[in-house]
Amino acid sequence: MTVRVAGVSKRVLRNCTFELPGGGVTALVGANGAGKTTLLNVLAGHLTADSGHVAVAGRVAFVAQDKPMYKGFTPLDVLRFGGHMNKVWDEYKAHSWLHRYKVPLKRRCGELSAGQRAHVAFALALGSRPDVLLLDEPLSELDPLARRRVVRDLLAEVADTGMTLLYSTHVVAELGGVADRLLLLSNGKLIVDGDTDELLGQHVEITGPAADQPPVRGDVVLARHYDRQSTFLVRCQGEAVAEEPWSARPVTLEELVVAHLEAVA
Amino acid sequence: MVEFRVDRASGLPAYLQLGRQVREALRLGWLQPGDRLPTVRDVVATSGVNANTVLKAYRELELAGLVEARQGSGTYVKSSLGSAAPEALDDLRAKFAAWVREARSAGLEDEDIDALVRAVLSGGSDDGAG
Repeated sequence: MTVRVAGVSKRVLRNCTFELPGGGVTALVGANGAGKTTLLNVLAGHLTADSGHVAVAGRVAFVAQDKPMYKGFTPLDVLRFGGHMNKVWDEYKAHSWLHRYKVPLKRRCGELSAGQRAHVAFALALGSRPDVLLLDEPLSELDPLARRRVVRDLLAEVADTGMTLLYSTHVVAELGGVADRLLLLSNGKLIVDGDTDELLGQHVEITGPAADQPPVRGDVVLARHYDRQSTFLVRCQGEAVAEEPWSARPVTLEELVVAHLEAVA
Repeated sequence: MVEFRVDRASGLPAYLQLGRQVREALRLGWLQPGDRLPTVRDVVATSGVNANTVLKAYRELELAGLVEARQGSGTYVKSSLGSAAPEALDDLRAKFAAWVREARSAGLEDEDIDALVRAVLSGGSDDGAG
């Protein structure tokens, strides 16, 4: 395991436990204030857990959500600084990221757009050739097109280097095929931790006549009842076969996340 | 050559979507035995899907006997899926296209057509009157 978190509590975080194998892509999802940033800071070593144990194997790079940066530095200065501060440094990798996203190298960071600053932060993080890359809301300053390119480039980086990527995001609708693992936090507690494909396979929405229980085995995440109709979002054990008059339909990752968040709200 | 598209908002896991697209390409003759599937790295870089997702899709196709991984050189199509001769397929396609035009001019929406096709396939109502 590249990342091990056992019983960690800190600020809002309560007794979080999970492990991430090397080379995977994990999305950390949860409402504002759920503890995502705290968790990433604990993993990055910026915060010390009040209790529990954290182990991260190898070099770690962390990009904070507000992309803090010396305003007077140019992107070139930032990379030079990165070269001095890191024992392992890939100048070419860092430069090619800035080049690819057309970041002006000699303008001061204070005068760059939020998107450009984000790219300087990504270049600095990737230049340090991390084994574990932690990104807090990396996509929030980027337009939809840039988001797609950045996700593509980060995934290629994961494929090439075998690094482990853990990033927090609100854009659940764009996770399909990107994240192979989902961590869902609510009020500091890890409420879902699983392989995204397995989660999609397990969850179904079952609709039929008014009833107290769905006609399949599993945990009811969310139930809605109307006069003549009931709808259950169920996490099934095994395959869900709904027989007439019930009908089952697969749910999307976004529906799954929203249902779990609603269920504990 | 296939270019993969992933509908991220779909309830169908991405690796199954990729597998489905390969099957479709096989059925339509766009991919033929001996063709090489794009490398995992290429799919990641062009379609923005996780390498594990692509590997999983290729493994599933391999288990189904449709492709084979050759050590060090890539994944190749082993067998085709099309059960009909290409000419027969063209003919069926043309007839179906004509039918779709008729259905649309009769006021059916794509969703209605979809439902109708599925009903006929599953052996249900085949009269089509709505």
